[in-house]
Amino acid sequence: MLKKIIILIFVTCFACFNTVFAAESGGMPQLNPEFWISQIFWLIITFGILFIVLTKVILPKISDNLETRKSQILENIETADRQKEESQKKIDEYEKIILDSKVKAKNYFNEAREKILDDINKKRAALEENLDEEINSVENELSEFRNKSGDKINKIAAETSAELIKELIGEEVNNSSIAAIVEDQAKISKERKDVI
Amino acid sequence: MASNPMYQFNVYRIGPEIKLGSVDISFTNASLFMAISSLAILIIFNLGAKKKTLIPDKLQLLSELSYTFVAKMISDTAGSKAKPYFSFIFSLFMFVLFCNMFGMIPYAFTVTSHIIVTFVLAAFIFIGVTIIGFMKHGLGYLKLFVPSGVPMVLLPLIVVIEIISYLSRPISLSVRLFANMMAGHTMMKVFGGFVISLGIVGGWLPLSFSVALTGLEILVAFLQAYVFAILTCIYLNDALNLHH
Repeated sequence: MLKKIIILIFVTCFACFNTVFAAESGGMPQLNPEFWISQIFWLIITFGILFIVLTKVILPKISDNLETRKSQILENIETADRQKEESQKKIDEYEKIILDSKVKAKNYFNEAREKILDDINKKRAALEENLDEEINSVENELSEFRNKSGDKINKIAAETSAELIKELIGEEVNNSSIAAIVEDQAKISKERKDVI
Repeated sequence: MASNPMYQFNVYRIGPEIKLGSVDISFTNASLFMAISSLAILIIFNLGAKKKTLIPDKLQLLSELSYTFVAKMISDTAGSKAKPYFSFIFSLFMFVLFCNMFGMIPYAFTVTSHIIVTFVLAAFIFIGVTIIGFMKHGLGYLKLFVPSGVPMVLLPLIVVIEIISYLSRPISLSVRLFANMMAGHTMMKVFGGFVISLGIVGGWLPLSFSVALTGLEILVAFLQAYVFAILTCIYLNDALNLHH
């Protein structure tokens, strides 16, 4: 407010100065009204042409240009977003596939392992069975042999002792008594063995 | 006569005398520089608007930056309702800016250093804004002179002050631009005269002043065009959005 009043005072001062010095130096050419009308006239013409051409021709072009750029940039951003989404989807798919195949591979591996383990167990069982059988048969044989061997030894011992006695004495001895003695001896030696 | 610092503001006739009735409307140096400024604006912005590339070249960038600059200035000060007046404010800003800038060329004439030119522009803005205000709000536009929240005792005084301030708008607007331009150019002329009169020995100081003043004047030329345009926006804002 105050500023405007001061400016007003200034203008009046300018006008006064102008009238005072007008006589001497011609004063401010701005306050010489000789070409005022001409200046107004040409101002209206030039500014009018400028305004009309800018409004009708140039500014719409510039704003159109700006708009198209804006829309194009928005469009580009949209496509970029869409492509990003798509690529994300693809990445998800890819990861899913990898996960699936990993699980599958694990399954396959487990299956194969179980199969092999089964096989191994089966084979081992069969082998063990075989072994047991063989061991059993061998043991049986052994025990049989052992059992038989005791008798055979006694028999051989009896026979040998009978023949020895025959040779020594020249007389037949009852076989059954010899056998009894051999058996007794065998029992004694067995007991001794057991004691030892 | 040429050493008179006011001589640069003289208006003289170029070509024949043109008379419309009894009124002299001859083509003068002022008219020439108005035409040059307008033509320069049209050429630059036409070249800037012609090509439509996604990535702008220099002229296109210049025109688009000016466009967005003025558009932002208007939307910041006067809101979205002022959109229809964009082209007028853009033309006004560019015209004043180019006239100021052409005035910075040595021996050129500064159109805006004449009170009659700035006053016609300011008066046109004042009348236009007043008409817009009355058209938008009817007699309610007079509420502009009655600020809200003022005690009843002070109201008569405030209303008178508000009316005076409103009526002095065209004068303050025109005198601000005219006085800035005239003062700056006169000062530059005075310092230029000192350079000549002090000669090779003492002329360096006013010469350096002159150089500094040239930079300052270019700043002032832009600033005054900006102030002119933004004050127009503020007046327009008063007319469009009655805040009081």
